[in-house]
Amino acid sequence: MRKRNLMAGVSAAACILGAQAAGAVEIEYWQYIYDTRVTAMDQLIEKFEAENPDITVKQVTFPYADYQTRIVAANMAKKGPDVLQLFYGWTDKFVAGGLIQPLPQEAFPHDEIEEDFFPIVEAMKRDGEYYGLPTAVRSLALFWNKKLFEEAGIDGPPETLDELVETAKALTQTDNGGNFTTVGMTVDMAGQDHHWWREVLIRQFGGQPYNEDYSEIAYDGEAGTAALDFYTSLQKEEKVGTAGFMDEGQAAFRAGRAAMTIDGTFRLGSFSSIEDFEWGVAELPANADGMRSNYASYFANAIGSGAEGEEKEAAAAFLEYLASPEAMKLWLEVVGELPARRDVALTDENLADPIYGPFLKALDYAHTTRFVDEAAQRQVTIDMTNRVLLQDQAPADSVAEAAAAEQKIIDDAR
Amino acid sequence: MTIQEAGPARPEARAGGARLSMRTRRALWVWGFLALPILFYSVIRFYPTLDAFRLSFTDWDLMSTPEFIGVENYARMFGDPHFWQVFRNTFAYLIIGTPISLVLAFTIAFFLDRVRFAHTFIRALYFLPFITTASAMAWVWRWFYQPAPTGAINSFLGQIGLAQIDFLKSTTWALPSIMVTAIWAGLGFQIIIFMAGLRAIPQTYYEAARIDGVGEWGILRKITLPLLKPTTVFLVVFASIGFLRIFDQVYNMTTNDPGGPLGSTKPLVLLIYQTAFSSYDMGYAAAQTVVLFTILLIVSLLQLWIMRDRA
Repeated sequence: MRKRNLMAGVSAAACILGAQAAGAVEIEYWQYIYDTRVTAMDQLIEKFEAENPDITVKQVTFPYADYQTRIVAANMAKKGPDVLQLFYGWTDKFVAGGLIQPLPQEAFPHDEIEEDFFPIVEAMKRDGEYYGLPTAVRSLALFWNKKLFEEAGIDGPPETLDELVETAKALTQTDNGGNFTTVGMTVDMAGQDHHWWREVLIRQFGGQPYNEDYSEIAYDGEAGTAALDFYTSLQKEEKVGTAGFMDEGQAAFRAGRAAMTIDGTFRLGSFSSIEDFEWGVAELPANADGMRSNYASYFANAIGSGAEGEEKEAAAAFLEYLASPEAMKLWLEVVGELPARRDVALTDENLADPIYGPFLKALDYAHTTRFVDEAAQRQVTIDMTNRVLLQDQAPADSVAEAAAAEQKIIDDAR
Repeated sequence: MTIQEAGPARPEARAGGARLSMRTRRALWVWGFLALPILFYSVIRFYPTLDAFRLSFTDWDLMSTPEFIGVENYARMFGDPHFWQVFRNTFAYLIIGTPISLVLAFTIAFFLDRVRFAHTFIRALYFLPFITTASAMAWVWRWFYQPAPTGAINSFLGQIGLAQIDFLKSTTWALPSIMVTAIWAGLGFQIIIFMAGLRAIPQTYYEAARIDGVGEWGILRKITLPLLKPTTVFLVVFASIGFLRIFDQVYNMTTNDPGGPLGSTKPLVLLIYQTAFSSYDMGYAAAQTVVLFTILLIVSLLQLWIMRDRA
């Protein structure tokens, strides 16, 4: 209570004395509107302010659709945020546009970051400097409908790609006209499947999607073709699903009309309201050699380029707190997203959790695609699949066409 | 006469206490009120329109300061097969959509005009889609077009033993499927306007024609259609602009693969939207906007010229 009074006194004094007051500084934190994220952040700010009575953090939020535009506009007007949240895939653009600055190395030593965080934070590194750190990360997993599995007499989710096809076949149901009533596996490139193809299937078929720094396409060849062939065969040969069934893969799964679908941690909230059946989560299937891969992504927190002097110090202190184990635990509880630090994430309790476990295990071997324009690159993958599914183009030709188109997008952006 | 006219003017001027005449003051008031919308339009409509021309010659990507790059954006656009595909799609919406919707609207209006039974009710039914939110309607149709057993249309086709149609998932059928919903949505408005036009034709012309022994077809061709011309011109221009700007239906019916499959339904406005707000390639998007502006201008002027009153 006394502490709170003291704090109130300090902030009142800060108001009176204005910016000149030594040791009292207000910083702005920006993120997009998403209920649980805003709530979690409010709680984090409260705790941070209690520990750092001389710093006040003001949270400012915008609808997701406007978010990037607002940051750019504010930056042009020199009123940008001190700390902001950004999708890792925006980093190139934000660095080039001078919206964010490198994290000070004294507060964020590189060896510690690389030691403590999952390797996917590499995606925030440009020219030897880290430009942000995530509080939480997301990965993909296989969601399976326990009720449908039980009805078909199948014990558990498939472990390998071959098992995936077999299981899906056993679970697929059609009516007299040959129309799907239940699909064994969803086929939805516009959903998360394009990540599955890019970072998982291509690697499992012995290839690499891109070169080391993601500046060149490496999937134009056997592995990419084999991966696409496997994917499109789900619809064409094995007939365990069809693109556009129930509009979206997640909708079909929700409705209990898809036995399996691949989706991310962010879907947990929406699936938790399913009442008609129980569902489980499993790691993405391995290939015949037992090799697994995954795609992880995250929103990172970064320091705005406008923060200078004591504001920059305060911003760094706040960001350090957001990347602390304490903040990550709170974020997992409130938002349900996975901690970005190994030791916080990979506890026995978390790994044993039937829901979080499979997602967490994936983080050690997950890859993070460095998109230059995620929507456009996703479109290339969708079109590639459609050329095979709708126009019967040979997978090898379609992959080659996609590779050329995506390479052009990457080259234009760099 | 002059004395009488000058007479009342003086006391009024005095009563106003100002040196301005009644006429000047009224003009000031009028312009005072008009200034607001004019200013508003200049700032939020005309200035951005003109600025788009300037931006189309730059490489602005929202983050950096725009740099002048000449006609590079235009060269890139005209050399891009994707742009020409979108261009063809846009004209497909226009060239197929406008005549079909106008013929349909006229036919319905022509016969509805003679129907007395449940006239208002039928008219309301036709008008209903026009006042419904485009996105809500698009989502309903999206589910109609699903494969059986989810989609109503395909389920029906299956029941009567007909083959399934892929509708939105086919590169051939997706554009017509979307166009049907757009035509249906705009029909109600066109019917109302046509009916107003029909009612405005004096009955005496018809009576005179009948007395002279002109048949129904002759009346339609010689009296109704010519006298309906102003209405038709208005609707042709209105519908054309609507089809050239089509966006809501396409975007909402293909959100997973916007303008797909394989770009077969993508209109120019959707391309502009994606270039600007998904790829943040503002300069290039501005160049595309200039093209759309030019097309709209040419099409509108052309139609006004073709359908001008020769009398």
